[in-house]
Amino acid sequence: MTATTSAPTTPRPAAPAGGGLRQSIADSLVMAKRNLIRMMRIPEVVVFGLFQPIMFVVLFSYVFGGSINLPGAGLDPGLYREFLMAGIFAQTVTFATAGAGAGIAEDMHKGLIDRFRSLPMARGAVLTGRTLADLVQTGLTLIVLALVAMLVGWRTHENGLKVLAGFGLLLLLGYAFTWIGALIGLTVRTPEAATSGGLIWLFPLTFISNAFVPSQNMPSVLRHIAEWNPFSATVQACRELFGNLPPDYPVPDAWPMQHPGWASLIWSVLIIAFFRTLAVRKYKSATA
Amino acid sequence: MPGAIYAEGLVKTFGAVKALDGVDLDVPEGTVLGLLGPNGAGKTTAVRVLTTLIKPDSGNAVVAGLDVLKQPHDVRRSIGLSGQFAAIDEYLTGRENLQMVGQLYQLSARDAKLRAAELLDRFNLADAADRTAKTYSGGMRRRLDLAAALVVRPPVMFMDEPTTGLDPRNRFQLWEVIEDLVAGGTTLLLTTQYLEEADRLAHDIAVVDHGKVIARGTSDQLKAQTGGERIEVVVHDREEIPTAEALLGKHSLQGTAQSGVTVEQHTRRLTVPVAGGAKLLAEVIRELDSRGIEIDDIGLRRPTLDDVFITLTGHAAEDEEKRTGTVPDEEAATDGKKQKRRSKNQKKEAVK
Repeated sequence: MTATTSAPTTPRPAAPAGGGLRQSIADSLVMAKRNLIRMMRIPEVVVFGLFQPIMFVVLFSYVFGGSINLPGAGLDPGLYREFLMAGIFAQTVTFATAGAGAGIAEDMHKGLIDRFRSLPMARGAVLTGRTLADLVQTGLTLIVLALVAMLVGWRTHENGLKVLAGFGLLLLLGYAFTWIGALIGLTVRTPEAATSGGLIWLFPLTFISNAFVPSQNMPSVLRHIAEWNPFSATVQACRELFGNLPPDYPVPDAWPMQHPGWASLIWSVLIIAFFRTLAVRKYKSATA
Repeated sequence: MPGAIYAEGLVKTFGAVKALDGVDLDVPEGTVLGLLGPNGAGKTTAVRVLTTLIKPDSGNAVVAGLDVLKQPHDVRRSIGLSGQFAAIDEYLTGRENLQMVGQLYQLSARDAKLRAAELLDRFNLADAADRTAKTYSGGMRRRLDLAAALVVRPPVMFMDEPTTGLDPRNRFQLWEVIEDLVAGGTTLLLTTQYLEEADRLAHDIAVVDHGKVIARGTSDQLKAQTGGERIEVVVHDREEIPTAEALLGKHSLQGTAQSGVTVEQHTRRLTVPVAGGAKLLAEVIRELDSRGIEIDDIGLRRPTLDDVFITLTGHAAEDEEKRTGTVPDEEAATDGKKQKRRSKNQKKEAVK
């Protein structure tokens, strides 16, 4: 089995110079660029992605807001509005799951994944590139949403660094969830299925949490689920970092609620590690 | 020494379906192998195994001197793949698509840009280079897809049904591109359902059905295997048929099931299996002429790859329905019947 070919191969690709990691980063950036160009050319997706969170801001602030009893604040709609925003931010970032899943399913469907897999590129780069592009989109969505939130009266009451840390946790959570989306996209194979498969479970996950109502008011089983929900940890952490909790708000005793920053960080890192491993493994044998 | 593409005993099962059932292939460097077979024969699976996309259940393969199972990453650097669908990003321009692929082949951004411009020129896409691929016609998409497979001038190329779904003009253009490529020394494995395509592009043909290679050889060898050539004569006058029949009968190939002259009264057509080629044809023309028989048409007919396929598999390469739907006239219809009759005879022979 000696080398047999001496065919004309002028621009033969060089061996990956800086080893696997460097190639991995370079390829991921090429793929991220591709997905960002796509997003710019289909701005409808980004625009429609904003509709739902904005609608939720309005609905929950004005329709439900006056009827939700917030421990330590009573029925004050102004305090509820501040309490609410972290929940809507967090729900919005997790919706990127569907976008990532649909994008990857579409690439499968159109035979692009076959092409990428036949190229001498880093194995995880197609998925990493997609999730990075989604991260950029999530960031833009958050900026717009924060501005809308300020219009309806949302304010932060902590220093800038803490506020930035809060948004950092939100972005990390969103990034983690796009890896779940990537796995769904590789599994279901059609963009339509990936969209619904990426959203259906998000509703119970985001509603059985502290995002829209305080967990203290739930029946005990649901309350435990809500307090250990990875999603709740990020929401709670953001409320603390933004200074959006009512002054006398009784923090639940569950560990993630007592240490929400750490809990959010740990959950997100675990989700990335777990779902990235599964998704990349799935990618290695994925064919249209 | 194995060829540029070499496979031995490839087996791949999907559930209950044996997509590959012991496929051996050997493609010498710089040649074209046509993998010919109907839908579901296992052609695409074979390409996917050889391009590292799926792992076979058993067997092994070497591409460009590299073991497909042990060195998949190195294999990917030496191959280009153009799949069944044009695998391009519709929201990217032609140029962006090619630059992306170039960079993923690990070219520098600058080299990828230069190469993209070169390929766009060569594939007649320069005018559309900065439009999104969404606006491209089917033929343009195919050309862009092929260009993407050629970014690094890989020594070994795989094309899975490159012209499926293209109109004749675009198909013809793509054939020219492929011929150019092969003239440059690239080894190519091409799958196709179109016999004409294999006939035109491939040096060697492997006929695949139900995951097995059921015949291989050059186009001429396969045709010869199917029963050789025949002379067809259309006489001007119906009264001349008996004389012509007697004359042609003397030249009939003996000892096969098809011996003897077939006569179609209404078309005044006589057909006889022969083995003498063009020399014999000239002789027959002289003899007919010397007897004063006026002829409207005469020719040496070789079996087409269609005949080959029917003989080998018992069914046509394309769907039966499609075939009967597209038979244009009576002549073709009788042709079809003749083929079927012949294929039955052939099978009898094979049993012997």
